[in-house]
Amino acid sequence: MNEIPLNFGLILSALLFLTGLLGVLTRRNVLFMLMSVEIMFNAAGLAFVLAGAKWGQPDGQVMLIFILAMAAAEVSVGLALILQMHKMYRTADSDALNILRD
Amino acid sequence: MDIIFYIAAVIAFIATVGVVTRKNAIHALLYLVVSLLAVSVIFFVLGAPFVAALEVIVYAGAIMVLFVFAIMMLNLGKDGIAKESPFLNFGSWLIPAILCLVLLGELGYVFYFHQVGDHDLREIGPKEVSSSLFGGYVLAVELAGMLLMAGIVGAYHVGREKKREYHRYMQNLETNTEDYE
Repeated sequence: MNEIPLNFGLILSALLFLTGLLGVLTRRNVLFMLMSVEIMFNAAGLAFVLAGAKWGQPDGQVMLIFILAMAAAEVSVGLALILQMHKMYRTADSDALNILRD
Repeated sequence: MDIIFYIAAVIAFIATVGVVTRKNAIHALLYLVVSLLAVSVIFFVLGAPFVAALEVIVYAGAIMVLFVFAIMMLNLGKDGIAKESPFLNFGSWLIPAILCLVLLGELGYVFYFHQVGDHDLREIGPKEVSSSLFGGYVLAVELAGMLLMAGIVGAYHVGREKKREYHRYMQNLETNTEDYE
């Protein structure tokens, strides 16, 4: 294996994470917000694997597997919530959820 | 190997920017799949073939298919795209973009002045990962299983068709709702 500049990998991970954060901050469609959250999970997993590769330990990859499991559970519940929201309000706009009752 | 890493990194970044800026949900989703595949290539280059395969199978496969089903059921269509358009103008992007750029600058500063140093990367295969997963992390594996089970049950309960039941106070209120709105 050749050597990869790990600094560059960490900067890529930060770039991906902040792009996802930007998506969560600017988009109002809950579907896009969920996708941006997925991007952020993925960037965090990349940082884990990079750190695991630096020290030659399998723990980074183990953490990525846990992130995958958590993302799967989170997406299934999140999409069910979005479907319910769409059924009630006929929109996926998060600004529509402004009345705190039923 | 180096050049593959850089190409995959550039593709991942461009595709991720595509996800955040598209108006059409399916287009954004396809960009997200490309981004995940690029990150999977990076995992291969880093000597982590097991999680690279998992990334393709679980993330780009299973989770993205869930998104596709949800988008099909939502049926956002043309007016959904029209509704997204005002949120993509310059004014609503400016301040979040500045905040994120400041954060990126800070992270770049930290990485630049605290060199982690280059290392000869050693491939860590599935055998090592799984012996670690079922060795020290076996409790966490069981907890992850419980989390997935809770996810299934939660998704079933939340996504079910339900009759809306009101408290009798809300029922009385329901007749007057038009006055509030």
